Amino acid sequence: MQTLTQQSSRQTAPLGTRHTNNGVSVRKRNFGDVLFKYTTMSFAAFVLLLVVLMGYEMYAGSSLSLEKFGWEFLTNTTWDPVMEEYGALPFIFGTLVSSFLALVIALPLSIGIAIFLSEIAPQWLEKPLSFLIELLAGIPSIVYGLWGIFVLVPWIRTTIEPFLSEYFEFIPLFRGAPYGFGMLAAGLILSIMVLPIIASISRDVLKAVPQSQREASLAIGATKWESIRIILMDAKSGIFGATLLGLGRAIGETMAVTMVIGNRPVISASLFDPGYTMASVLANEFTEATTSMYLSALIEISFVLFVMTIIINALARLLVWSVTKQTTA
Amino acid sequence: MQETLIEEPRTQIQKPTVRPMTEQLSAKMIARNVNAFFGKLQALYDINMDIHSNRVLAIIGPSGCGKSTFLRCLNRMHEVAGGLMTGSVTLDGRDIYETDAVLIRKRIGMVFQKPNPFPTMSIYDNVAVGLRLNGIASKKEIPEIVERSLKQAALWDEVKDKLDKSGVSLSGGQQQRLCIARTLAVHPEVILMDEPASALDPIATAKIEELIYELKKDYTIVIVTHNMQQAARVSDTTSFFYLGKLIETGETKTIFTSPSKKQTEDYITGRFG
Repeated sequence: MQTLTQQSSRQTAPLGTRHTNNGVSVRKRNFGDVLFKYTTMSFAAFVLLLVVLMGYEMYAGSSLSLEKFGWEFLTNTTWDPVMEEYGALPFIFGTLVSSFLALVIALPLSIGIAIFLSEIAPQWLEKPLSFLIELLAGIPSIVYGLWGIFVLVPWIRTTIEPFLSEYFEFIPLFRGAPYGFGMLAAGLILSIMVLPIIASISRDVLKAVPQSQREASLAIGATKWESIRIILMDAKSGIFGATLLGLGRAIGETMAVTMVIGNRPVISASLFDPGYTMASVLANEFTEATTSMYLSALIEISFVLFVMTIIINALARLLVWSVTKQTTA
Repeated sequence: MQETLIEEPRTQIQKPTVRPMTEQLSAKMIARNVNAFFGKLQALYDINMDIHSNRVLAIIGPSGCGKSTFLRCLNRMHEVAGGLMTGSVTLDGRDIYETDAVLIRKRIGMVFQKPNPFPTMSIYDNVAVGLRLNGIASKKEIPEIVERSLKQAALWDEVKDKLDKSGVSLSGGQQQRLCIARTLAVHPEVILMDEPASALDPIATAKIEELIYELKKDYTIVIVTHNMQQAARVSDTTSFFYLGKLIETGETKTIFTSPSKKQTEDYITGRFG
C-alpha cells in the first residue's frame, strides 16, 4: 500500500503537477495538527471501546445462565424463577411485536404529518405545529405511562377492544377478553412516543429536497399530489432512516410500556392479551433477583437486547447506504 | 390562503377578452398589464407583450430586472414560489389564470436554469414520467415518445445504451438536454427556458442553442438569458427588461443594431448591467 502510493506520486510528478498539499509528498507536518489528530482519534476510539466493554461485561455477567441454558435460552418460553428455569422468547416476542405494532400505527401518520408540514401547511401554521410535535418527543416516558394507565387503558378496555372483537373477531389478532392492559395498549402508547421522532425527521428530510424538484414536477403538469409523490421518492431513504430511529426508540422504551403491557411472559396471537418486553422485565425484576442464576438470566436478557439493537442499527445503516448509493450514483 | 390572495386583486383587472384575430395575427400568448409581487416588493410593472408562434423570444436584462419573474408568470410558476400577480396572460385567447394550472403547465413547458432531473429515476423514466403522470399516452406509446423526445433533444445517441442509468449520472449539459426531453415528451405548445445554458460549458451551450433553433419549427419558445450574444444568436424577437419594466421589444436584429431606447443601447453596448 505504502509503496503503491509512493509510486503513483512519483509517476504523476513528471507530469508537471507539483502537489505540495498532497499528504504523500509532504513530510513535514505541524506538531499541533498531529496532536489534535490523535487526540480526537482517541476520543472516537473511546466510544468503540465503551461498546466492546459493555458487551463484554454483559457477556461475562450472564455466564451462569449461558452455560446452563445455551441457545435454548432464546427459544424457551418458560420464565420461572421458582423452578430456576429461564427462557427469553416471550420477552423477545413482546419487544418485537409491540415495536412493530407501534411502527405500523405511527409510520403512516408520521409521513402524513411530515408531508403536511413540509409541503402543504402555510408558514404561520408550520412553525408552531412543528414545535408542538418536537415537544411531544420531550415528554418523559413516565408521564406517557401514567396517561396510559388512567386514560388509554380504560378507553381501550371499554371502547376499542369491544369494537374490534365485535367486527373483526375472525382475525386471531382481535380475539379474547378485553383487559385493556396488553400488547395493544403497549403498541398504541409506543406509537405515540415514536411518532414525533419519525414525523420531525421525515419533515426535515422532505424540506431538504430542493425546491427545483418541486418546480420540475409541476412544470411537466404534475398535480400537487403527484409532485409530492416524486418528492417522496427523493426522500425515501431519509424517511426509512427516520423509521429505524423510531424503531430503536420503541425497542428500548421501558417505563411507559411496563406500565401498560400487563407484564406476563406469554406468547399469544391476540393483541388483547398481556405480554412482556425485555426492557420491562429488566426494570421489574432486577430488584427481586435474589439468586445468582436469576440475576445471570436477567443480564443475559439485557445482552440479547443489546445485540438486537446493534443488529437492527447495523442492518438499518446497510439498507440506508444501499438506498442512498442508488440515488446518488 | 394563497389562493384567495391571488384571486383578490384579479377581480379589478379587466376580464380577459378573446382578441380579434386581425389585431394579433399570430400571437400565441398575450400578456397584458402584468404586475408581479413578492410580498410587498413589486417585481414587474405593467408588462404588455405578445408572444408569437414558432418564433424564439429572448428576454434580456441585468440581474434582478424581473425577466425570470415574467417568465414564471407565463406558466403560473410565479405563484408556486408564493408570489402574487395581477393582469392577464392568455394562451390562444384564453386566460391561463382562469384555467387549471396543471392543464396550463402541460401546454406551457419549462426548462430551468439548473438542470433538475429527478435523481431517483432512470434516464428513461425521467422522460416518461410526465406521460405517466398525465395519462397522456397509452403504455404502448410511451417508449416511442421517449425515444422521439430524446432524439428531438439531441440526446438519444448519447444515452440509448444506458436508458436505465440514473438521470443524474449524466454530465451537466446532458442533464439539461434530458430536462428538455422531459419537457418535450409532454408535448407542450410553448416552451419557457430560464437561462437554460447558464450553468453549462461553451460546448454544451452551443448544443442547447442549436437545439433551440431546431425546436422553433414546432414550438413557440421564450428564453431568458443574460448572455446577449446568445440572445442575438438564437432569437427572432428580443425584449429588454430593466428594473421590472419592459423597456423595448423588437426584431432581434433591430434591437442589437439600432435600439430605439437609450437604456437598451447602454445595456447592449455594455455600459451597465
